[in-house]
Amino acid sequence: MNAQSPVSPSKTSSSPESLPERRKFKLMTFARNLILWFKQPGVILSLPALFVFIAGFVGPLVLVVLYSFMPPRTFSFNQLPTLDNFATILQDGYYLSYAWSIGLALVTTLILLAICWPVAYGLSKVFKRSMIITLLLVLPLFVSENVRLFGWVLTLLNHGVLDGTVRTLFGWELPDLLYNVPVTVLGMVYIYLPFMLFPMSLGISMVPDTCREAAFDMGATRWQVFKEVELPLAMPGIMIGSLLTFVLVLGSISEAKILGGQSIIMISHDIETAFTYAQNWPLGSALSTLLILITAVLVIGLLSRLNLDNLLSRK
Amino acid sequence: MADSILELQNVGKYFGDFVAVERINFKVKKGEFFTIVGPSGSGKTTMIRMLVGMDKPSCGDILMAGERINDVPANRRPTCMVFQSLALFPHKSVGENIEFPLKIRGETKHNRKTRAIELLEKLHLSEVYYHKKVSECSGGEKQRVALARALAFDPEILFFDEPLSALDYRLRKTLEKELKNIQRSTGKTFVYITHSLEEAMVMSDRISIMRDGRIVQIGTPDEIYNHPANGFVAQFMGEVNEFQVTRQGNNRLLDSDSKQHYAAPPGVNLDAGILIVRPERVRILTEGEEADTEMTGTVQNQYVLGSRVQYEVKVKNRSLLVETMIDESRDVGESVRLGWNADQAFLLAQ
Repeated sequence: MNAQSPVSPSKTSSSPESLPERRKFKLMTFARNLILWFKQPGVILSLPALFVFIAGFVGPLVLVVLYSFMPPRTFSFNQLPTLDNFATILQDGYYLSYAWSIGLALVTTLILLAICWPVAYGLSKVFKRSMIITLLLVLPLFVSENVRLFGWVLTLLNHGVLDGTVRTLFGWELPDLLYNVPVTVLGMVYIYLPFMLFPMSLGISMVPDTCREAAFDMGATRWQVFKEVELPLAMPGIMIGSLLTFVLVLGSISEAKILGGQSIIMISHDIETAFTYAQNWPLGSALSTLLILITAVLVIGLLSRLNLDNLLSRK
Repeated sequence: MADSILELQNVGKYFGDFVAVERINFKVKKGEFFTIVGPSGSGKTTMIRMLVGMDKPSCGDILMAGERINDVPANRRPTCMVFQSLALFPHKSVGENIEFPLKIRGETKHNRKTRAIELLEKLHLSEVYYHKKVSECSGGEKQRVALARALAFDPEILFFDEPLSALDYRLRKTLEKELKNIQRSTGKTFVYITHSLEEAMVMSDRISIMRDGRIVQIGTPDEIYNHPANGFVAQFMGEVNEFQVTRQGNNRLLDSDSKQHYAAPPGVNLDAGILIVRPERVRILTEGEEADTEMTGTVQNQYVLGSRVQYEVKVKNRSLLVETMIDESRDVGESVRLGWNADQAFLLAQ
């Protein structure tokens, strides 16, 4: 980038210059550097996207972080920063909400890993990414998440579709199915399945058939082929799917509200309450900031351990 | 038979109405370099997939050391294949690739590494390669790694599915010879598949030529070259001169197109067929030199093949191919006398 080197010798060769002149020279070099930087391929083209990214993504994030240091129940940045909000979080037992969110995210991701592998395998190997099956899996995404969740509520409700049918046909009475932890997990697994399934099936389709056959040919059992060849080669897809579902569940709110009733309070619920009902933006911001921090630590920790670079250097 | 390690009895493979392999019989001897040659679509890949255990034959039996192995899956057969794509594991280092079959078998880390380095050395790769990534290796190096991995498996029979086809000419030639040397030094049975008869000639003890799912001829390279079973085999080795002929008298053949006469090869009693003369068997006759069959023509074109030159010579209404050493140079347009002896041509059935 620094193509100005020919200029510098001339400066040293001349007699000692005055201070303003040197300053002027520095300014000119800077301007020239800036112009050269702009002339690099892609810089100007990337500006619109960069602007959207900064205004729509980085900006709000910075605002949230700044708000988290403002005194509780205030609505401006025009105050002395304080750690009061974080103290409140520690004292008021919000850790339970964090634990629920992270725990549910982990459980949902693990369940999705287990059930999506065979489905993704079938999708990419047996049905060769068949259009019809893909469509059937994607189609529900066109219906709002809340509507689909209320569908589950109507199905599982006392005297609902399931209970009513069983009652009429067999005369049995089902226990309460709604408003507990398992049904919340069911809702999350149901809602976030495509986010695990598609990256995973993409990952599986990246495993060359010959590698699988070669491993089998060299005496590997089905399990060894899975462990030694398929799993590591499909890892990029699995990682992307896991990250997506983990982060999405962490920020989810409707599953716990609609299917879980009041049995689970997730952190996203607390954040919503702080911003709306409680009118305590700084507390909501602090809760959000902490959630972002925890997520970042978990995700970056996981990624660095798995060394994505290594996984992706394939030919 | 005690010395045949692999035997095929009436092995066939059908996909619906399509016959991929039609009732094939042959035996491969222990320690032999056996090559199956055929053009694409001849069924050779289907065949090797059955031999390795990735496909099941529709009929017939595959015997290994006398035992039927039709239903034994690939992972329980003591055989191993080097794939056309090599199928090296991109997520593993060179060393880990070679160690793979040993790891599957549950060998200790130390033993695995010792063996892997031993094999690297055997294939002329330095120990540095042990930690290299597969993607950092060149085509030839990958080839060697794939072979090392197969040897680490220590199979009874090693199968090859055209592994050299993607390499450049020089490297291919080097590796062909290396492969042959490794086969000699290890004493393993190699079954090799290729579409190049030339490649097969260099390496093989015996060659089997396939066409449309059938075996046309099985023999040593010498037999294939000097006694081709039919026109297809003769043409497979390279360009040849072909004449449609009918017999006229005891030792004279009449060309049905140009009405020229040729000397009949001795010992063949066909009334009609194809007379085949290899370009390298046709001589440009010098003044006073005689041959059993003689004709004159004009040089139309010349192609330098390196140490030799190929001439396209127009004789009457057709062209003949002639190959000579490069020092016997002729000019285009020059009139030449061509000839060959009766025993240097083949008379084969249609």
